Amino acid sequence: MEIKEKESVVVRFSGDSGDGMQLAGNIFSTVSATVGNSISTFPDYPADIRAPQGSLTGVSGFQVHIGAGQVYTPGDLCDVLVAMNAAALKTQYRYAKPDAAIIIDTDSFGPKDLEKAQFKTEDYLGEMGIDPDRVIACPLTTMVKDCLEGLLDPKSILKCRNMFALGLVCWLFDRDLNVAFNFLREKFSKKPEVAEANIKVIQAGYDYGHNTHSSVANVYRIETKHKVPGRYMDITGNKATAYGFIAAAEKAGLKLYLGSYPITPATDVLHELSKHKSLGVITVQCEDEISGCASAVGASFAGALAVTSTSGPGICLKSEAMNLAVIMELPLVVLDVQRGGPATGLPTKSEQTDLLQALFGRNGESPMPVVAAASPTDCFEMAFAASKMALEHMTPVILMTDAFVANGSGAFKLPDLEDYPAINPPYVPEELKGSWTPYMRNEEGVRYWAVPGREGFEHILGGLEKDDKTGAISTNPENHDLMTRKRQAKVDAIPVPDLEVLGDKDDAELLIVGFGGTYGHLHAAMDELRAQGKKVALAHFRYINPLPKNTAEVLLKYPKVVVAEQNMGQLAAWLRMKVDGFVPQRFNQVKGQPFVVNELVEAFKQIMR
Amino acid sequence: MSYTVQDYKKGQPRWCPGCGDHFFLASLHKAMAEIGVAPSQTAVISGIGCSSRLPHYMATYGMNTIHGRAAAIATGCKVANPDLTVWQVSGDGDGLAIGGNHFIHANRRNINLNMILLNNRIYGLTKGQYSPTSPRGFVSKSSPYGTVEDPFRPAELCFGARGHFFARAVATDAPGTIEVLKAAYNHKGASVCEILQNCVIFNNGTHDAVYSKEGRAKNAIYLRHGEKMLFGENNEYGIVQEGFNIKAVKLDEDGYTEADVLVHDAKCEDNTLQLKLAEMEWPIALGVIRDVEAPTYDEAVWSQIEEIKEKKKYHNFAELLETNDIWEVK
Repeated sequence: MEIKEKESVVVRFSGDSGDGMQLAGNIFSTVSATVGNSISTFPDYPADIRAPQGSLTGVSGFQVHIGAGQVYTPGDLCDVLVAMNAAALKTQYRYAKPDAAIIIDTDSFGPKDLEKAQFKTEDYLGEMGIDPDRVIACPLTTMVKDCLEGLLDPKSILKCRNMFALGLVCWLFDRDLNVAFNFLREKFSKKPEVAEANIKVIQAGYDYGHNTHSSVANVYRIETKHKVPGRYMDITGNKATAYGFIAAAEKAGLKLYLGSYPITPATDVLHELSKHKSLGVITVQCEDEISGCASAVGASFAGALAVTSTSGPGICLKSEAMNLAVIMELPLVVLDVQRGGPATGLPTKSEQTDLLQALFGRNGESPMPVVAAASPTDCFEMAFAASKMALEHMTPVILMTDAFVANGSGAFKLPDLEDYPAINPPYVPEELKGSWTPYMRNEEGVRYWAVPGREGFEHILGGLEKDDKTGAISTNPENHDLMTRKRQAKVDAIPVPDLEVLGDKDDAELLIVGFGGTYGHLHAAMDELRAQGKKVALAHFRYINPLPKNTAEVLLKYPKVVVAEQNMGQLAAWLRMKVDGFVPQRFNQVKGQPFVVNELVEAFKQIMR
Repeated sequence: MSYTVQDYKKGQPRWCPGCGDHFFLASLHKAMAEIGVAPSQTAVISGIGCSSRLPHYMATYGMNTIHGRAAAIATGCKVANPDLTVWQVSGDGDGLAIGGNHFIHANRRNINLNMILLNNRIYGLTKGQYSPTSPRGFVSKSSPYGTVEDPFRPAELCFGARGHFFARAVATDAPGTIEVLKAAYNHKGASVCEILQNCVIFNNGTHDAVYSKEGRAKNAIYLRHGEKMLFGENNEYGIVQEGFNIKAVKLDEDGYTEADVLVHDAKCEDNTLQLKLAEMEWPIALGVIRDVEAPTYDEAVWSQIEEIKEKKKYHNFAELLETNDIWEVK
């Protein structure tokens, strides 16, 4: 047996939607993270809820990337592919490296399974050009049945197949099973018999690997480097976003209100926040997207940290109420978990195609801050930052994530709120009672907030333009011009951190520029290019409106710049509008899939030539 | 502390002279003073339209928002702060056309809002198009040959959405309006008040049958819970049951006597007869037609939060983090 020392390894679990691939993947990433490996995960769901069993459209995948050092993406192609049935092998093999180990359940490769997966012959490996030496072919279903016979009913036994595959993978990577066992005992604390059955199956899978290792080409070892000590949890982007809102509300001493309507891929934020009633979180599942946003505007007026969550199609519907928050100058966070568009588009897939919609998709002069999260764990930071910005600057803020970061996960070092800045909304000072009018501003140009219930500050806000001085409805031309400028100046003056340049910041020949969820792939591409001896740097935007103060300085510093984004050039257009003389190269891809690092590397090399 | 009408008044209304909105506004000021909730604890939230200008003439908190969304915005406001008394004001276009979805769902959820529907059966601010309450065949600028669609009947929509409170008043009838506004305030849950009002410019005379005191004496019936449904200048008419229907009859004719006259039951859970009353064309039913207690959404949201706070062991962000699978890297 050969033992391979590797910097990082990618494992892809795939099977029917109901095969529990995500659970197996989650346990594997947790087990790996516990020994200090860095992790990045990404689920790849079909759009159908439950396509016919064994069919090509019903396959779901869950990819885990574990590394000795930092990993930035869930990986392009996998080193190990678990295919629980013929359809999974057929559809997922394209994500495997040429030398990948492949684990299959031979019990799910019968004539009917092969037919459903549209194989033409019984030699499915031959048909796909797979070297049988790389395949760990195991009668997995039979072995699980033997292992659990009499302990559970037949249906429940079949649900444990994923754990056998997990056991095999744990053996392949020499993982400590006790962590997995503890995970299962915790998860099934109310059903100890299920926990023990799963544990038994994991052990059986592990032992199977151990006893039959001669059939396998290699076993991997991932050592751990650069440990950052601390306490960690695995977190998805959507969950991290929800946690960021909870943290911000607590920091600001406000109730948290979410008005929302279910929409893929944003719904998990609604799910997550709905769980936490014991923290006083209010979630209202509204009658439509419009009401989700409109009710949040009402909650903001009433003094809450108000949030509405959605994806691109929902932003279309919410834009009118978002604009109301612009003119009423009330705090509001609008979460856009981007998916493929236009219209219904690719609901479960990921794109960055809503950027210009976020910046400009409303009638009138409607300046609105826009920020974007760079990774699953960064969703926490940016949700917190967006909330702080909204509350302290009395403005709606758009927080952009995407299906990739929202569903992907990473190791999250537990934050201590003591380390986070205070959030101080500009409540109207009591001494202004009697002289206060609704559009009086503090020295930062921010309107004061008078929350209903305070005596002496009764006032009317609304969607009609108001007089700067009195707050009464006004159609005065000079006043409208003045108010337009004041709303713009308020947003322009919001302080944001400088743009950071990574890599060869002094002498790069190429600057890579991106925003939001592509950070990991762009970073990995930069690392690869630098490993090949190229001089490359990365400037990744998380603050998009207003732009960091050093934006022009950074963008104009390097001989070549490429803006790489999952759209047709929206960030490039925005930067060209804001930075005189900026003429970047562009790399655009709109496939609904994450970037592939190797493709980026090749494209950037072309540009550098 | 008690309040006067002056405590709720602000500014100079800019509706057309004779517009029903003027009458209603005066009644709302009076009703609020009688109810006595402080202006600082009151929010008046409207959408867009002539009648939606109303918050600008209130010395309370308020918002004059965007077209159709008043009920949705009021919902968020009330749920976030249930201590506020929230009045939501819409016209027939704002409330039942562009805002129809929010109207029915506010009723279904039974949010404790006082929902005012100022019904003049016309679009006034956009200068004279038919509305969702204009009768079939109605001639307007956008229907020069008459509409070819049936109108909503607000009570039917409210009841269809499982609404628990519906009342009706005529804008020019101050005592009647104040009575239903106070009843709406006292009812916990979504309280719909349909206010019949005239548009002097684009739909003059639409409610003529009941717009004057004399008209109401002849053509309206004031419904009061627990009282016999008698009407007419000398109470010479009554409402009786006939088969599966109700009808207005003259007493001491065709064998009908006062003993046959039905007693109004606004508290009856089953809304069948209340709907019949609301939809009568003669006489037109005024007053509180339905007023049934039911759990309100805003209270339920907060009692659930209290209940879960008792049950769950985590009550702040740091404790929330500890509910996850955590590992330590040393």
